[in-house]
Amino acid sequence: MNSPRGAGSLVKNTLLLHKSLVTLSFFLIQLLNSVQYGLLLFLCAAGLTLVFGIMGVINLAHGSMYMLGAYLAFSLAEGLGSLWLALPVGVLLAFAFGALLEKLVIGRLYNRPHLHQVLLTYGLILVFDELRSLVWGDDVHGVAVPKALEASLPLTDTLSYPVYRLFMSGACLVVALALAWVLLRTRLGMTIRAGSVNGDMVQSLGIDIGRVRRLVFAAGVALAAFAGMLAAPASSVFPGMGNQVLIVCFVVVVIGGIGSVKGALVAALVVGLADTFGKVATLQIGGVGVLPELSGLGIYLLMAAVLVWRPQGLFGRGVP
Amino acid sequence: MSGAGRRGAWVAAAVVAAALLLVPVFEPEKFTLQFMTRVMVMGLFAMGLDFALGCGGLVSFGHAMFFGTAGYALALMAPGGEGASFWLSLPLAMGVSALLALAVGALALRTGGVYFIMITLAFAQMLYFLVHDTRFAGGSDGLYIYTRPDATLGGFKPFDLDNVQHLYYVVLGCLAAGFALLAWLKATAFGRVIEAIRVNEERMHSLGYAVFRHKLACFTLSGALAGAAGYLGAVQFGVVNADMLGWQMSGTAMMMVILGGMGTLWGAALGAAAMLGAELGFQSLPVLHFAGHDVELGKHWLLWMGVCIVGVALYLPQGLAGLLSRRPRTEPADD
Repeated sequence: MNSPRGAGSLVKNTLLLHKSLVTLSFFLIQLLNSVQYGLLLFLCAAGLTLVFGIMGVINLAHGSMYMLGAYLAFSLAEGLGSLWLALPVGVLLAFAFGALLEKLVIGRLYNRPHLHQVLLTYGLILVFDELRSLVWGDDVHGVAVPKALEASLPLTDTLSYPVYRLFMSGACLVVALALAWVLLRTRLGMTIRAGSVNGDMVQSLGIDIGRVRRLVFAAGVALAAFAGMLAAPASSVFPGMGNQVLIVCFVVVVIGGIGSVKGALVAALVVGLADTFGKVATLQIGGVGVLPELSGLGIYLLMAAVLVWRPQGLFGRGVP
Repeated sequence: MSGAGRRGAWVAAAVVAAALLLVPVFEPEKFTLQFMTRVMVMGLFAMGLDFALGCGGLVSFGHAMFFGTAGYALALMAPGGEGASFWLSLPLAMGVSALLALAVGALALRTGGVYFIMITLAFAQMLYFLVHDTRFAGGSDGLYIYTRPDATLGGFKPFDLDNVQHLYYVVLGCLAAGFALLAWLKATAFGRVIEAIRVNEERMHSLGYAVFRHKLACFTLSGALAGAAGYLGAVQFGVVNADMLGWQMSGTAMMMVILGGMGTLWGAALGAAAMLGAELGFQSLPVLHFAGHDVELGKHWLLWMGVCIVGVALYLPQGLAGLLSRRPRTEPADD
């Protein structure tokens, strides 16, 4: 029997199914976005937390390294003609720059009060911001997505997901795994971990802790710059981008526990989720949506909640 | 401090006070008077921060939230053309800042050391985004204060805040009152306990002192004074915006305290004068013509400022006060 009523409900069901498919793809897109954002944050936060863990230095200028990476991507991609060449060259340049910065400035900060470190690295932010303004100007720039990654994967008739964002997540994941391997499975990683527990002891065992510190700092700079280079084609390259990322990285590091790389990874993914879904969730009060306006707040509320529950962060060893 | 040193300090204080009192008498240009008012506003802000930073050892990187909150409180209290009462709005604005400091302190003081720095910063950013991204407080445009607060009290109007000279004296009076209050507090048992907690928290804890409550009181008071400065700043400029809450503002105040010399109170005010003076100097640097290019030295004044900050952090950790008093101050406690 094919009554008109049955046909009606079939149409209705199909429509419902279609609607839920759209909702599902929308959800999937947001999930992919939040994972991608979280992994990018992890690359930045890892350097921050490692530098603090092994050197006891709080580096406010870390966000500037992210900015530097993005501007390097802009210039190198134009100069070398391809982002594929720009990425390795930029990472090498950032690594060398990090080593130089450690030798000239940061190296003098060990065993100084946190206050002096904050002050000095705050001064560095101003210097880097103005140097950026002198070299690149104050305009917003864009970096072209490489030809091979220009496509989008269609999910439904109207929704699709850009391949470049998948590539970003993949690249971040590879770097994160490589970092974990180095830290947990190699002799160098063992030295770094030992150095973050007791630097003097490592030194007296005949290892040059100064070199380990320089390496860790330079690697942190390279990681942040790499994140900035990856982000450049997806977002844009603009003056305030470093400071924006720095503050979010602080939230990640505090939630995860200062000095803990594992904590940084978990916290970065959680912050990515909270931020992305905070932006799309809507709360209607009297017909006016209020949540999207307050989405910038979500991650800070999350941080406050974590601190009430565990003042030392999720994976922290205790208040340093 | 030796007797001679103490006498020297009193003489210096008297000379500075007399000079500040006499400045308007010589009828300087309006700009000079306004600039000095701004210096004193920032000096009060830095002094309030110094009470937490230098005396209490609480490295707050979010003090701009208390500074800006009081300014916003004034703007929201007088939304229309009618000015609020000075005698009512100042304590109210300070009260709002103090309440915020109490709430933030209650959470942030559960931690210490570098966590405390990051958490105060994050709370300040939270407030910044709240104000910047929502419409209720003017969003990114900020709010205007169309009419300055009215100082009439029982039919008598002792001063007019629209008058540049009057405002100068009001701000000077607030700065002096703030300094007197903090200097007195430093000398009381409460102040001694706070300084002792900075030096050795565990010992004070095991001696039975309520460490958390003392730190919270210190932080709240410091926030209230920052609020007084923010209120006066809002009165002077007639406008508040989200930058008043931003982390650059916190960083600037912190820089003033450290440049001047921590824990001395007067050093913070000196630091504010030095920093704003340097800012003015750097901004008026000339445009250089170099190999066919114009290098605008003044436009990039923040670069020179940044270089100075790095230099101070590396070579002058005791600040200007350390240069002046020649007495080696003990390193600030840091955990």
